[in-house]
Amino acid sequence: MSAQLLIVDDSTSMRQMVAFALTTGGYAVTEAEDGIAALDVAKTQRFDLVITDVNMPRMDGIELIRQLRSLPSYKFTPLLMLTTESGSDKKSEGKAAGATGWLVKPFDPEQLLATVRKVLG
Amino acid sequence: MDITRFHATFFEESRENIAAMEAGLLALESGGGGEDTIHVVFRAAHSIKGGSATFGFTAIADLTHLLETLLEEARSGRRQLDANAIGALLGSVDALRMLLAAAEHGDALDQAMLQQARAALDRILTGAADAKAAAPVQAAPAAAAPEAKPIGWKIDFAPERSLFLSGNDPLRMLRELGQLGELKVACRDDALPPFTELDPFEAWLAWDLELVGEIKRSAIEDTFAWVEDQCSLSIEPLMPAASAAAPAAVASAAPVAAAPPAPAPAPVSASAPAPAVAPAAANAAETTPVARHDAVETTIRVAVDKVDALINLVGELVITQAMLAQRSAELDPSLHELLLSGLDQLDRNTRDLQEAVMSVRMLPVDFAFSRFPRMVRDIATRLGKKVNLRTSGEATELDKGVIEKIVDPLVHLVRNAIDHGLETTEQRIAAGKPEAGTVSLSAVHQGGHIIIEVGDDGRGLDRDRILAKAVERGIPLPENPTDSQIWDLVFAPGFSTAEALTDLSGRGVGMDVVRKNISALGGQVEIRSRKGDGTTVSIRLPLTMAILDGMTVSVGGEVFILPLNMVIESLQPSLENIKTVAGNARVLRVREDYLPLLDLAVQYGLPAARTDSQPIAVVVESQGQRLALEVDELLGQQQVVVKNLERNYRRIPGVAGATILGDGRVALIVDAGSLPKAA
Repeated sequence: MSAQLLIVDDSTSMRQMVAFALTTGGYAVTEAEDGIAALDVAKTQRFDLVITDVNMPRMDGIELIRQLRSLPSYKFTPLLMLTTESGSDKKSEGKAAGATGWLVKPFDPEQLLATVRKVLG
Repeated sequence: MDITRFHATFFEESRENIAAMEAGLLALESGGGGEDTIHVVFRAAHSIKGGSATFGFTAIADLTHLLETLLEEARSGRRQLDANAIGALLGSVDALRMLLAAAEHGDALDQAMLQQARAALDRILTGAADAKAAAPVQAAPAAAAPEAKPIGWKIDFAPERSLFLSGNDPLRMLRELGQLGELKVACRDDALPPFTELDPFEAWLAWDLELVGEIKRSAIEDTFAWVEDQCSLSIEPLMPAASAAAPAAVASAAPVAAAPPAPAPAPVSASAPAPAVAPAAANAAETTPVARHDAVETTIRVAVDKVDALINLVGELVITQAMLAQRSAELDPSLHELLLSGLDQLDRNTRDLQEAVMSVRMLPVDFAFSRFPRMVRDIATRLGKKVNLRTSGEATELDKGVIEKIVDPLVHLVRNAIDHGLETTEQRIAAGKPEAGTVSLSAVHQGGHIIIEVGDDGRGLDRDRILAKAVERGIPLPENPTDSQIWDLVFAPGFSTAEALTDLSGRGVGMDVVRKNISALGGQVEIRSRKGDGTTVSIRLPLTMAILDGMTVSVGGEVFILPLNMVIESLQPSLENIKTVAGNARVLRVREDYLPLLDLAVQYGLPAARTDSQPIAVVVESQGQRLALEVDELLGQQQVVVKNLERNYRRIPGVAGATILGDGRVALIVDAGSLPKAA
């Protein structure tokens, strides 16, 4: 069974692209459009990796990471933030919330896939 | 990988984000909208920036970066957005629209506009009280300065105990380093507590690593980037063995290294079993296949073509169903009970299906309303008036096709309301009204119709001046005209020249065009006004153009459809009420009025099929004019699926479209407005 990935982004195009890249890489991808939706689905299904945008309505990526990290089943799961270069203080905020690391926007699909492969081993 | 396939989504999404930014900025400008609004605007800008950078639209990314910098300052409370800043932000919203159109359709790039927008943002950013504001483009972190030819790197990596709790795993980093070059791994387990005290969730091991090869320091730093604050890390150049110092240091720092270093991965994976295995095992246990359609996507984007095709097919189904219903009416109910009840079921299902499919095309009228805040602001600024815009019923749904066609008339009406309807600020104060005028846009459902109203609290229409204007232009007037008859005059083509009206207190610029466009949608326009109190233009529209309630009539052996919304009454006039006036034109007296009487058979060149001398007349109203149509027989009422004749054949005066009847015959839909008036 291929690894289950959860992609969280309020931008449809970004989500589509990330999902497409990862599906092409052989991963099973579920999409969510904000933190609340992501949390809901993460509670009913196990994911091996979560990639979340930071700025989102309803619940942002940092709060999502904090909430996920507090769930027993997500204690060690890699949780990555998608940030932009101007979000350096967001990186440390995200780390403090329990993020594993970050992917910097913009990125190209190959780069994304390579990072995910590394994380998932 | 081809990412152009996501461009269409990106463009559409960006348009929505630009609209959200604009609406938010306008709300901020008018004092409405608080912190949340700034967040919404920021998020929209941020989203556009992320997408445009990813999809390679650098011009858009550059501009949104500036925007975002400014918005970030506002969001974090470091800056108040004054009128100047909002002006600049709105200017860049326009520039973004332009850039987006350029990227999407290859439209020409308006460099001047772009420069202006950038300059305005720059001015505000650099004009900040604190000097740190500017620096719009951050330089990429500089690569480490070239070092003196080392043969590799000596890395000392000691994770903090909490490393696993961030989802990181030293194994990943070691593996990554192993891909950069030849890696020698020595594990330091001196910190490891006795087994009974070991908490496997904590990281106890540290590593001395030697990475040999021509490797950039930054590549190693990148590997540890995610954990740099969760470990102690030192990276030092590894000098060739000849330059004695380095190897000695290795030896002294790591006595364990004296033991033959095992192949890299083995000791590592053995020494860090807990974190690497635990999640994976848990995972394996829980991977009962959970259906992926739990996914959270709640809407999809569909090409309009597909929806149109669906609607067309349902239209065909409705016709087939009507045909079956008609045929089955001749069957003996006692013999065909099952068949007939099945047909009843089909009837219900078809109707439900039709409704459901039609609703796919329905959009909230906000689709049209959302452009007005900006437009009102711009017009008001240009005219030096203060205007508040109130909208209501934005969620009311209407067919997409109708919404698209209603925008232009609405723009016209709103512009008129501000330009002609609202007084100047001085006049308003003098009249004891609030300084700022109000223009309202509203939408409500009423039966199968939607009523859209554009209102203002301005000076209202001036009866006397409109009457005077009508007399001057030689427009025929009824005796003792009612208010609504007078307001109707502004729809007359004669009233539509701008210079004749700028000085008149009413509106009328192009109102005839407005009425024509709305009639073309099967709608009606009506004006209510009181002098000094304001004017409201009310538009009544069918919810969709694809289906129409029609009255079926027979003319010369053919069936015609009269759209029900234009039918006022039908009557059987006595012959003395029909008069022939100048030429061959005939009029019908209906109570006090004389209406033009047109024989539909003559209009459509059909043989006169009527044998009795008792005609039947249907009074219809089209574009504000009433006329009577002479028909042979009234057949009934039914819903018909409108087929566009222009698209399939060509435009024919007096025909709005066609439909297929239950028996398979084609019936034309009468367009009373374009019937040749002189038969």
